[in-house]
Amino acid sequence: MKKILLSLALVFSATSLFAQQTYPVNGSYDIRQGTYAFTNANIVVSANQTIPNGTLLIKGQTIQSVGTGTSIPKGYVVIDLKGKFIYPSLIDAFTSYGLPEATRAFNGGRQSIFTSTKKGAYGWNEAIRPETQANTLFTADSKKADDLRKAGFGSVNAINRDGISRGTSVAVTLSDEKENSTILNPQSAANYSFSKGTSQNDYPTSLMGAIALLRQTYYDAQWYGKQKGEYNISLEEFNKQQSIPQLFEVEGWQNILRASKIGKEFGKQYIIKSNGDEYQRIDAVKAIGASLIIPINFIKAYDVEDTIENRSITLAQMKAWELAPTNPAALEKAGIKFSLTTQGLENPKDLWTNIHTALENGLTQKQALLSLTEIPAGMIGIADKVGTLEKGKLANFIITSDSLFKKENIIEENWVQGKRFIIFKKDDAAAKDTTNKTITNTPEPPKKEAIGALIFPFTSFGNATPLKQESVLLKNATVWTNEKEGILQNADVLLENGKIKAVGKNLNAGNAKVIDATGKHVTPGIVDEHSHIAGVGGINEGAQSVSSEVRIADIINSEDVNIYRQLAGGVTTSQILHGSANPIGGQSQLIKLRWGKLPEELKFAGADGFIKFALGENVKQSNFGTGARFPVTRMGVEQTFVDEFTRAKEYKAELAKKGNTVRRDLELDAIVEILDNKRFITCHSYVQSEINMLMNVADSLGFKINTFTHILEGYKVADKMKARGINASTFSDWWAYKMEVAEAIPYNGKIMHNVGITTAFNSDDAEMARRLNQEAGKAVLYGGVSEEDAFKFVTLNPAKMLHIDEKIGSLKVGKDADVVVWSDNPLSIYAKAEKTFVDGVAYWDIDRDSQIRKAQQTERARLIQKMKDSKDKGGKTQRPKAEQKRLYHCETLEDYALELNEMEGTHNHE
Amino acid sequence: MKWKELTTMNKYILTLLISAIGVSAFAQANISPAKPQDKKTIVMGGKLHVGNGKVIETSYLIFDKGKIIGVGDATVARINMSDATIIQANGKHIYPGFIAPVTNLGLVEISSVKATLDYNEIGDFNPHIRALVAYNTDSKVPATIRSNGVLMAQITPQGGTISGSSSVVQLDAWNWEDATIKKDDAMHLNWPVTPRFRNTGNKPLVSPEALKERTQNLLNGLDQFFTEAKAYAETDKPAVINTRFAAMKHLFDGTQRLFISAAGEKDIIAGVKFAKKYNITPVIVGGDDAYLITGFLKENHIAVIVNEPHALPNSDDDDVNMPYKNAGILANAGVDVIMGMQGYWQLRNLPFMAGTIAAWGLDKEKALQTITINAAKVLGIDKTTGTLEIGKDATFFISAGDALDMKTNKVEQAFIQGRDINLDNLHKQLDKKFSDKYNMGGK
Repeated sequence: MKKILLSLALVFSATSLFAQQTYPVNGSYDIRQGTYAFTNANIVVSANQTIPNGTLLIKGQTIQSVGTGTSIPKGYVVIDLKGKFIYPSLIDAFTSYGLPEATRAFNGGRQSIFTSTKKGAYGWNEAIRPETQANTLFTADSKKADDLRKAGFGSVNAINRDGISRGTSVAVTLSDEKENSTILNPQSAANYSFSKGTSQNDYPTSLMGAIALLRQTYYDAQWYGKQKGEYNISLEEFNKQQSIPQLFEVEGWQNILRASKIGKEFGKQYIIKSNGDEYQRIDAVKAIGASLIIPINFIKAYDVEDTIENRSITLAQMKAWELAPTNPAALEKAGIKFSLTTQGLENPKDLWTNIHTALENGLTQKQALLSLTEIPAGMIGIADKVGTLEKGKLANFIITSDSLFKKENIIEENWVQGKRFIIFKKDDAAAKDTTNKTITNTPEPPKKEAIGALIFPFTSFGNATPLKQESVLLKNATVWTNEKEGILQNADVLLENGKIKAVGKNLNAGNAKVIDATGKHVTPGIVDEHSHIAGVGGINEGAQSVSSEVRIADIINSEDVNIYRQLAGGVTTSQILHGSANPIGGQSQLIKLRWGKLPEELKFAGADGFIKFALGENVKQSNFGTGARFPVTRMGVEQTFVDEFTRAKEYKAELAKKGNTVRRDLELDAIVEILDNKRFITCHSYVQSEINMLMNVADSLGFKINTFTHILEGYKVADKMKARGINASTFSDWWAYKMEVAEAIPYNGKIMHNVGITTAFNSDDAEMARRLNQEAGKAVLYGGVSEEDAFKFVTLNPAKMLHIDEKIGSLKVGKDADVVVWSDNPLSIYAKAEKTFVDGVAYWDIDRDSQIRKAQQTERARLIQKMKDSKDKGGKTQRPKAEQKRLYHCETLEDYALELNEMEGTHNHE
Repeated sequence: MKWKELTTMNKYILTLLISAIGVSAFAQANISPAKPQDKKTIVMGGKLHVGNGKVIETSYLIFDKGKIIGVGDATVARINMSDATIIQANGKHIYPGFIAPVTNLGLVEISSVKATLDYNEIGDFNPHIRALVAYNTDSKVPATIRSNGVLMAQITPQGGTISGSSSVVQLDAWNWEDATIKKDDAMHLNWPVTPRFRNTGNKPLVSPEALKERTQNLLNGLDQFFTEAKAYAETDKPAVINTRFAAMKHLFDGTQRLFISAAGEKDIIAGVKFAKKYNITPVIVGGDDAYLITGFLKENHIAVIVNEPHALPNSDDDDVNMPYKNAGILANAGVDVIMGMQGYWQLRNLPFMAGTIAAWGLDKEKALQTITINAAKVLGIDKTTGTLEIGKDATFFISAGDALDMKTNKVEQAFIQGRDINLDNLHKQLDKKFSDKYNMGGK
């Protein structure tokens, strides 16, 4: 029989028609026709067109015709596919197929390797490796190809997932022929990520550093194209690959927004590969207009048998387990173009289990097919060759026993470039069964199980419906105005349209909701001048002594539960600062604690830009690091500033003279902004010698210091600070934890305040920020500052030093309705914040909080039961894993890339 | 201080003036421990917090030779004021000296400087290690602590499974011998636990099973150690002297307490059951999950030294105010609660920790007990301290306002065993020095 002959042919694997022509042959040529006719099949040409009872003709690797009533030319092997289906084979736009695994040698942490260790005329940083070309590294991998073919794939995109700029990927078929004939697109896309991968360089240590490096690379590449002095392979290649598709791999929807923001800055529309949590903020993801590549490796249920262990699973983890399978449907419903990838699955064959889950959760079959064929084909520039079954395209298709998306369907054969791979070998009985199959056991219609609501943010204490701005009259309270009226007894505060409408006695409520605040204290919201919450991927970019190019603005994390916790302590505005690992740190971001809003929506609009500087033990790395990074003494710290500002002045002069032919330097741009009074310095500082030093450096180089933060020996140089109009933001009572705080005293705030310096208390700590009102109370304890002035330490004074006292910091008509209702005098240990309004929205309400907690208990219980049920039904489970939460302080250093690598398990550590 | 409010004998005023002047002239090194009480003293009119839950609104407190000889309601009692120093305390608060349990105060000066660290010895089973001998009375920290009312502390070693013995000291002394209130009061055991499984990567380096096994080995080792130590204690003349076992003796004869640090529900129960096996009633330190097993704790008479409420919740899902409420939940359920606090310089905030739990659900006087009598009981010093009752040490202080609240805490005078201690400290001196520089007058 012909069929038998065919199998034999496969065994001997003769040269096919389309084999590479340049290769010599040892022996006689054995070129086969490769002409086949597939008849009586349901041919799914594409997601939009099915030809019942059709005939597919192929010759060699090419489809000759698809249709009905086709007359079969002579010499064609006829394969009767009565009752069966032909689909275009699937395409995965995101794999590492056929590429060497990227491994990073672990060398015990920080190492101080400042520039590339790669020999040759490449760029300075190893994480920027656009010179990597996957087509030169690709070798077919028969085992992996087999796995992918069994799952129905015919072609994939192979990406070298290493570095921030990763070079080009290659689109290949899963044929087992020589690579010369399987490469469909040698440069399918230019690839990017926020992970530095195997780079040996210290820089970047953080997510914001990775973003800054990529941004600078775009500018460097632009400059490179216009100059002749330097030859740089990396930048040369970077420029060359700008015209092909740009593919960005990120983790999570927030990073989708981050990548997209960079894209907008440089006129790039990335195709973004993310991790499948887009359902959490589908509107925001939709708004960026990018096409996505989405994994389908849904979270396994947690094994909740152990009641003690299951306490460590958060509500967010449980909800993510439940909601992740709704992601593909959510994307479809939102009209976002996306393809599906097997990346992240333990085995490609798991695809089908998860596809069925996605279908049960609302994904349509049509979309599923599109997302596995035409869409990925289009993304990687091979739509002219694969993705649909049309004349002239490659003979890449699968033969299935049934409709592809039916649970009982079997992929029987997978043809790649006209070459047959039998996936499912059936014996005769089974064959008979299949051909004559009438579906007897109709699959149970998927039960519509209740699914919990989405919450914003997607973490504990998130709200299903967004909180609304209210018109509120706070009636009959003790009102701390922070204005010349002082503290008013039995007074009212009216909030309307997010602003303070009126302050005074016996106010008319109008349409406002009246809240009886008898016995309560009403104050402006607390302003934390020095905070490190709501950031992700590290708050220190400490690999270099200057990192003014990095921006906290790039890494704001709206889903941090500490936002809610601090609202519970009356905080409404926080300056999120870079850490203190280096003399010149990164640019700060001022946020309002708008719980549930997007990262961009947290940002305080219209505020001046600030930047973090630092002095002392941290910048000279007294208690960490290799000691190889300059500076390691306070003497060197001075010269870091002198050098940087000197270079910035030269840069500014050059820009003025030569305009945009000058290489744009983001690091120096920020320093020029300081010189131009457009960016303001918050400097971490401890001992008087260094404080004095920076004031002298600033005088001599012509810049101003806005604020000394921490400033624990400010009391020793308060007169000098006062003379220069410098503000002070200190701790109330911390000392003794390191040498430079050996003479830190709790009277510091009082002395500076009495000298006439605008003085604040800050937290630098997610815990302390929850009770900054009490820290202000310590200004009464240590030094007898008046209660009214003490409370300004955490409200009006920080607002002043942040240049936002026109908008917040006091209860004045027209200012933002950032207001706290306290149960008691806010400086007292007995005071509880009962309500915290930001822009007139009560983001914290102590009564609502107790309801939320009850509701969360119920939701947890429901989800735990659902996980038990899932386990009982044989679903896969995983051990409960507590989420690794990171709390940042000034001194927190970490390697974001390392963290990512760990997450992906690409290397063993320690 | 509001000196004018102190209408006392001339001599008394003179003494105060001298010490006030002394402040500007002396550096920290010259803050001398006070001399023994040489005259009967009566504190009149203050709102006296006895420490046993009772409050006397207008009180008298009489003490002589370091001991309290009279305490009561000044509105109903006739008091012989002759031949005594009188301190008027109308409108002020009088508290028993606060007690800080389980601290490395005096065992560390600057926590980032290794040379100043003396609290963490190497080795797993270190019952022979004694904190007292390393307690540095010249540390600059204790003077800042007592300025807020903390007058006694349990100096405690850390590290290993058995860390060694703590001792209770008072915070105004020439040397550790002087300072001692109770020598080697408790043995400290860190209950071996399996680290929680953290989501750091797909493949943890050590499998959960291996971690569990490691814990089990530690527990087996601990049991073996206790068993052998007990046998050793029962041996009249051991053939070979073992200082580690010898140091365990008082644990078994009941004169030394056992403090077990444990956080998880299972670990607390296991720790208690372990101790019971050796007829020991332990004290639990930390006890994060203690609120889940209050019945068990009460049944077994287990006191818990809780962590400071000024902490973040353990989990995202926890009530954001859980750390504030935790101690109150335990105490209201009938468990003896003692306020603990990490660190050493931080201890000056100990009164405010008690204030916090009072704000979040515990009766104020009960909150006060967590840093007075409850602490004294577990430290075994309740016969002499912890409350202001006749026969106990005159270790107390006078605050202008509620000492549990930073807004009103204002310690004006403090006595340790009747000695009128100098409340100056490094910080007040530096305040004075630089306030003078700016002509502001320091406080």
